[in-house]
Amino acid sequence: MQLKRVVVTGLGALTPLGNTVPEYWNGLVNGVSGAAMITKFDTEKFKTKFACEVKNFNPEDFMDKKEARKVDPFVQYAIAATHEAVVDSGANFEELNTDRIGVIWGAGIGGLKTFLDEISSFAKGDGTPRYNPFFIPKMIIDIAAGHISIKYGLRGPNFATVSACASSNNAIIDAFNYIRLGKADMFITGGSEAIINEAGIGGFNAMHALSTRNDSPETASRPFDLDRDGFVAGEGAGALILEDLEHAKKRGAKIYAEIVGGGMSADANHITAPHPEGLGARNVMVAALEDAGMTVDDIDYINVHGTSTPLGDISETTAIVNLFGENAYKLNISSTKSMTGHLLGAAGAVEAIASIMAVVNDIVPPTINHFTDDPAIDPQLNLTFNKPQKRVIRAALSNTFGFGGHNTSVIFKKFEE
Amino acid sequence: MSDIASRVKAIIVEKLGVDENEVTPEASFTNDLGADSLDTVELIMEFEKEFNVAIPDEQAEQIATVGQAIAYLEKNVK
Repeated sequence: MQLKRVVVTGLGALTPLGNTVPEYWNGLVNGVSGAAMITKFDTEKFKTKFACEVKNFNPEDFMDKKEARKVDPFVQYAIAATHEAVVDSGANFEELNTDRIGVIWGAGIGGLKTFLDEISSFAKGDGTPRYNPFFIPKMIIDIAAGHISIKYGLRGPNFATVSACASSNNAIIDAFNYIRLGKADMFITGGSEAIINEAGIGGFNAMHALSTRNDSPETASRPFDLDRDGFVAGEGAGALILEDLEHAKKRGAKIYAEIVGGGMSADANHITAPHPEGLGARNVMVAALEDAGMTVDDIDYINVHGTSTPLGDISETTAIVNLFGENAYKLNISSTKSMTGHLLGAAGAVEAIASIMAVVNDIVPPTINHFTDDPAIDPQLNLTFNKPQKRVIRAALSNTFGFGGHNTSVIFKKFEE
Repeated sequence: MSDIASRVKAIIVEKLGVDENEVTPEASFTNDLGADSLDTVELIMEFEKEFNVAIPDEQAEQIATVGQAIAYLEKNVK
């Protein structure tokens, strides 16, 4: 069976650096940090008091007040980012076969704010269950995909992917594969997350996963730096329109890049700690390269998972050196989480967008906040510290890993006929 | 308009996102004000919270219009 080629024809982003793709990309290439003190709740008793929040977001720009009230912020973010991607794609769904257009949307946690609010109000009561009828349909992770399909009338495959911080990369890989197999013409895919609330920050703090650099939020996310002390929580959404190349050509769509490979693997090691030698990370990059029919010298840029945790950054760079050999020193590597923070279930989607924009513009966005080398990280690697670098990027690989030991990797390539 | 009636109207305007002029006594939540089954349950819960009453399910099922809600609450709110 001849697999179909799949291209990216629309992008949408709602991020701590900006609420559209151009603003997001501008923030990335200018090395802007999205971190600041948390405004969404009182952090007085919390160890971490800062995060990368989405700023100046008004859900009523995308849905009426009544609808906005009935959805969790993670769905509001999904609707905003998909709106931009759909408009950007130029797709007129009234002229297309919407039975063959689907939605696959990832989130790691889903409606945590809704869950927190409803359970808190139950706990304050006398034990009588007085749950809001929208509690469950606001909270469940799949509801984002449901809302998107309802808004646009898309009747193709529709579901959520859940693999913690790898969730939206899994969504992208699934959408890619279904189109390749001819099961659908087009997908809205990506992911969203909105966990900057008492439960999200408190929960990650309890794991000692978050940076506590409260005196300098904007330098706290410092992947590969000797003094890194954990990730910075982020929030937002990334949306991609993936499309069968022939379908895209027929409607005269603009093409950003081709998606050519997706890999998935598990560490089978520990619920939160990465495999010490990065075995799962190595395997997932091998799987993506094999899927794409590429070799290590075809990749010019790796957008790493690179969350700025002490262990994760070492195991991932170790995996890259082990797999890419001499080529590891020729390519560019960067962690855009140094700027956006960690968008968890939305990380794969916004970093896929960063990788695609890098391929389109031949610019590698930097890893900001590098102050001191870590002797445990190979100094010959080009980690694109502090400033963007211009270079021809034939193909970019984007890694995203999740608690549970889930690893995913996707490859985007310059589009050629 | 009674105090209860104005508070009922305010809840309906807020929860269903409708214009105040549409909230007439005859208006049906589902047929006229765009509520679905979940919205209707939420409205009853809001009335219970606002007026500190418990509306049994079998009574709640009989409340389909703005006027019926006001009448029920005027009779049952102490």
